[in-house]
Amino acid sequence: MFSYKAIYVIVLREFKRFFRQRIRLIVTIARPLIWLIIVGSGFSKIINVPGEISYKQFILPGIVGMTILFSSIFSTITVVWDREFGFLREMLVAPISRSTIVTGKLLSGTALSLFQGVVLILLAPFFGVYVSALQFVWMFFLMAIVSLSITALGLFIASFLKSLEGFNIIMNFVVLPMFFLSGALYPLGTLPAYLHIFTFVNPVSYGIDAFKHVLFHDTGPLIAELSFTLDILAIIVFSMIMVILASYSFERRE
Amino acid sequence: MSIIRIVDLMKRYDSIEAVRGVSFEVKEGESFGFIGPNGAGKTTTINILCTLLRPTSGRAFVNGYDCMQEASNVRASIGLVFQETTLDNELTAYENLKFHGYLYNMDKRKVEQRIDEMLELVMLHDRKDDIVKTFSGGMKRRLEIARGLLHKPKVLFLDEPTLGLDPQTRSNVWNFIESLKRKDGITIFMTTHYMDEAERCDRIAIIDHGKIIACGCPEELKSEIKGDSIHLETEDDERAVLELREKFNIDARRLSNGLIFNVDKGDAFIPRIFGRLSTNILSVNLKKPSLDDVFLHLTGREIRDYNDGNGGMADAMRRRRR
Repeated sequence: MFSYKAIYVIVLREFKRFFRQRIRLIVTIARPLIWLIIVGSGFSKIINVPGEISYKQFILPGIVGMTILFSSIFSTITVVWDREFGFLREMLVAPISRSTIVTGKLLSGTALSLFQGVVLILLAPFFGVYVSALQFVWMFFLMAIVSLSITALGLFIASFLKSLEGFNIIMNFVVLPMFFLSGALYPLGTLPAYLHIFTFVNPVSYGIDAFKHVLFHDTGPLIAELSFTLDILAIIVFSMIMVILASYSFERRE
Repeated sequence: MSIIRIVDLMKRYDSIEAVRGVSFEVKEGESFGFIGPNGAGKTTTINILCTLLRPTSGRAFVNGYDCMQEASNVRASIGLVFQETTLDNELTAYENLKFHGYLYNMDKRKVEQRIDEMLELVMLHDRKDDIVKTFSGGMKRRLEIARGLLHKPKVLFLDEPTLGLDPQTRSNVWNFIESLKRKDGITIFMTTHYMDEAERCDRIAIIDHGKIIACGCPEELKSEIKGDSIHLETEDDERAVLELREKFNIDARRLSNGLIFNVDKGDAFIPRIFGRLSTNILSVNLKKPSLDDVFLHLTGREIRDYNDGNGGMADAMRRRRR
């Protein structure tokens, strides 16, 4: 049985947990500022690029991508967490279908990441980026689909993880490479050819590239490198594949 | 009417047969104890009944619904309290119950009202808005029982409900379960490996190595054991053993401290030995048969023999599934 009431309460629970754990809220706001101060100001001293975009502005889309990436993966780790602490069983024995649980987890992960993305866009002036209403609407849409794609990827991974120890491995071998190969810290064009393959299967690359399309209209080596249409298509296709894989894997394993 | 019916249930994991052809029925409104050592197949059976696991063969029905074909109806008919707690520690008692009510598709107003009732019942009403993390083990268990009952199930499954609780809390939980049964006429299906707790059930089934070895009410099962056991300490145990054989035709066993033998109606037998043994009796101890003795009688082993061991089959299975 597919139940909207159940989806509502699964999402509500994740939000309650998020806002109750003050530290997660503080990290959401502090992390981008720390990156801005440490990475942004440090690198902009040694990196001197021609064009109208400064390095400080350049890393904003990257930090939005990073925040969504970390938040989405982390929110699906709650599935492993729930399994470890038994709460998952409470959901598994309820008269709701597995797809209800998957939908609830996808929606809550997406919404939480989107929320953090919006907070970042509100902090954009600190990066020297000023966002118009239209840009905000575009960013909202893009951040939503990127959040969904990574949440679905996370849920797919989480359906395999039997314990929280596996989470460290995922952080080191999946999440960090996805971040570094995403064009967040340096343009994709600067990467050697053999690493390019990875950037093409990385939804974060397309996401950050799309963010750059929306946020930067200037010229120079730090602007978007791919076509905007390709970015959006790639993210949507990746989301669809991941949602199907995650649902299938979750239903089969539980 | 049978609210639970299991017919020739089998479950095989790779090469291990966890449940090997189990059949029994539970009547509506009774408390049914499912007893056996760790690894005997209790948890596997309960997981099949609550639709978390598909059997290899055989059938299971709860409240008239097929556990394989009508899982959703079965789930709506049952409440569960697991061995390990399945509460969200970060939420309040109220929020945990509300979550449950919505998962079971209850109306908003009905949920609120039922939560109040249930919290009242388990005496946690004053802790309604406290985070569950701050609760003691007994309080958590009570909250879980309240949650299991929130959607008014027909059957409440309790998997080792008193495991890991101190004796006082254990007895509280038990009193509470019994009052529930009296008041609401709810059917209770529980597993335990504490034999003294099993005595409090209306009927029990004993499972060992994946097979039911006995089923009936505790008194019935105990009456199958011939007689009571009498433990005697005398000044001269060797002579006492000899005289018991000659005068009463009883085979007594020597223990390190005294001797032990079984007779029918032990309480009536004790006065008779006083006059007829030529050695002085130092102490007499009469023991009525317990379910422990039933288990010992049926399997030749004590149930705690393997409870002290490291886990057993079902635990190994659980670990693998996680």
